[in-house]
Amino acid sequence: MPRLTSKLQTEPSLAPKNPVSLKAPPERRTGRTVGKKIKRHWQLYLVLLLPVLYLIIFKYIPMAGIVIAFKNYNVIKGIWGSDWAGLKYFHQFFDSPNFWLYIKNTLGISFYGLILGFPAPILLALALNEIRNGLFKKSVQMVSYAPYFISTVIMVSIIIVNLTPNVGMVSKFFEMLGVSNTNFMGIPGLFKSIYVWSDVWQFTGYGAIIYIAALSGVNPELYESAKVDGASRIQKILHIDIPSLIPVSVIMLILNLGNIMKLGFEKIYLMQNPLNLSTSEVISTYVYKVGLLGSSFSFSAAIGLFNSVINLILLVSVNYIARKLSSNSLW
Amino acid sequence: MSKGTAIRESKGDRLFVFFIYLFLSLVLVIVAVPLIYILSSSVSSPQAVVSGKVWLFPVDFTLDGYKAVFHNPQIGVGYLNSLFYTVVGTVINVALTIMLGYPLAKKTLYGRNFFMVLLVITMMFDGGLIPYYLVVKDLHLLDTRWAMILPGALGVFQVIVARTFFQTTIPDELAEAAELDGCSDIRFIFSIVLPLSKPIIAVMTLMYAVGHWNAYFDALIFLRKPDLFPLQIILRNILILNTVDASMMANVSQVQAQQGLKDLLKYSLIVVASAPVLIIYPFVQKHFVKGVMIGSLKG
Repeated sequence: MPRLTSKLQTEPSLAPKNPVSLKAPPERRTGRTVGKKIKRHWQLYLVLLLPVLYLIIFKYIPMAGIVIAFKNYNVIKGIWGSDWAGLKYFHQFFDSPNFWLYIKNTLGISFYGLILGFPAPILLALALNEIRNGLFKKSVQMVSYAPYFISTVIMVSIIIVNLTPNVGMVSKFFEMLGVSNTNFMGIPGLFKSIYVWSDVWQFTGYGAIIYIAALSGVNPELYESAKVDGASRIQKILHIDIPSLIPVSVIMLILNLGNIMKLGFEKIYLMQNPLNLSTSEVISTYVYKVGLLGSSFSFSAAIGLFNSVINLILLVSVNYIARKLSSNSLW
Repeated sequence: MSKGTAIRESKGDRLFVFFIYLFLSLVLVIVAVPLIYILSSSVSSPQAVVSGKVWLFPVDFTLDGYKAVFHNPQIGVGYLNSLFYTVVGTVINVALTIMLGYPLAKKTLYGRNFFMVLLVITMMFDGGLIPYYLVVKDLHLLDTRWAMILPGALGVFQVIVARTFFQTTIPDELAEAAELDGCSDIRFIFSIVLPLSKPIIAVMTLMYAVGHWNAYFDALIFLRKPDLFPLQIILRNILILNTVDASMMANVSQVQAQQGLKDLLKYSLIVVASAPVLIIYPFVQKHFVKGVMIGSLKG
């Protein structure tokens, strides 16, 4: 609003010099500033048209399509023509015997992943920051973020191949320790760990980039004066490096916590097999199986909506807490 | 950093640095070894792989696995499809991202905040799988090549990165001066903004291209026709579902044990499928880093 009024005042003095507005005097006389502003930069709106259309079609129409969760979806009648079902599908989900199991699996894998996956890149960044230069630092960086570019399908294949009894490298390693011929992928209790640790393997290096960037922005004078005061390296990390990483860490933590319920479908779905299903079935895989494979659109959408709402509540509350405790937040 | 005047490192510090090196070496080994193992296995003989003789270096060098991979018609189709989706998809991605990112960076755009909110909401909330699927279905995109391109035509995160870049590198004064000279907004984009934005365009192209090459989810839910399948779906069928077509190995030397070759094929396939990305990786690595850093500047 303040911008709008200040524009109003400066506009007349600018106008005589401005050829664009000279060309269109009638609009100016009507005094409708908003229309004039839009008209003056109509080309920007033209450029915006396609992407905004994209957002509406592929992001906003699906949001409106959520009503399907409250309807008895009928293919012929379509989403809007189908009869209302109320909260029937939500009750159906809450009452299903596996409801708590899927919630438990989703939250369990998520928090396990967060506890391990969140600090790992920070640790790597802090360690890399201690090495000023040289080939070693570059090689560690380059090798550590190479796995980021491996596709999920390949990643899961690598996991499976390495865990194949007798043949895979990890299996052979465990064989030397006396654990022979184990089908790791078939043990329900190991699923979480395999999922989370392979994620750490794949994403820690890439995740460290943002923290390395933050560390490289630290004022060198701080290090100089710490040195003069006789600070040890550990003290420098504790009192200079870590405090300077806090703002970006808080943002990353909020983003991660805001994704707790949105546990990646792709990797888990690919890692599932009949033997580990009791620990590997999460809400997103269940939604896919019930909805698209089982064609229960409404029921599946209800589960998805429940999931999204929990997730949104988490994101908003974590952001609120972060804003209260530190001054860093997403908005 | 002259040695004479610098304050000397204490014993504790030197020990600490030693542990840092030890830690990072461990990281290096843990990340690199599985990759080397796959590579070595892919060029070892099936017998050596199955009997577990391969550790770090190839045993009984052979290219049979690769021969089997290239003889498989499915893989060839998948490769070409993925190439198509990557090229066409990336061009559309980059164009739309600039078309949204640039106006959002302009203070002269009335309603800028509205469009920004419109964009950011989509990051936090979405309709979920079923409504998304139904939209694509209602548009009659199922089982067409467009299903791999249009639903993901824009990355919200990339738009924000692009917008930040435009805001920080293209001064408002430049646009004002151009406007005074009678330059239209569209012409300004083509003759000033695009040439000045080569770094961000490169970064976006790479990120989108890798995304398309590795994409698998949209193909899984939208495509049924095998001749439209991208490489990732074919890989999943072979590597994870274990449905190796026996006929694909007919051309390769029959002497090899079928089972052994099947295992070998997996390693070779992993290498072949990852090759395009991993080959360009060292050249584009620093651009990726730049992209992440631009993105981290401001949300």
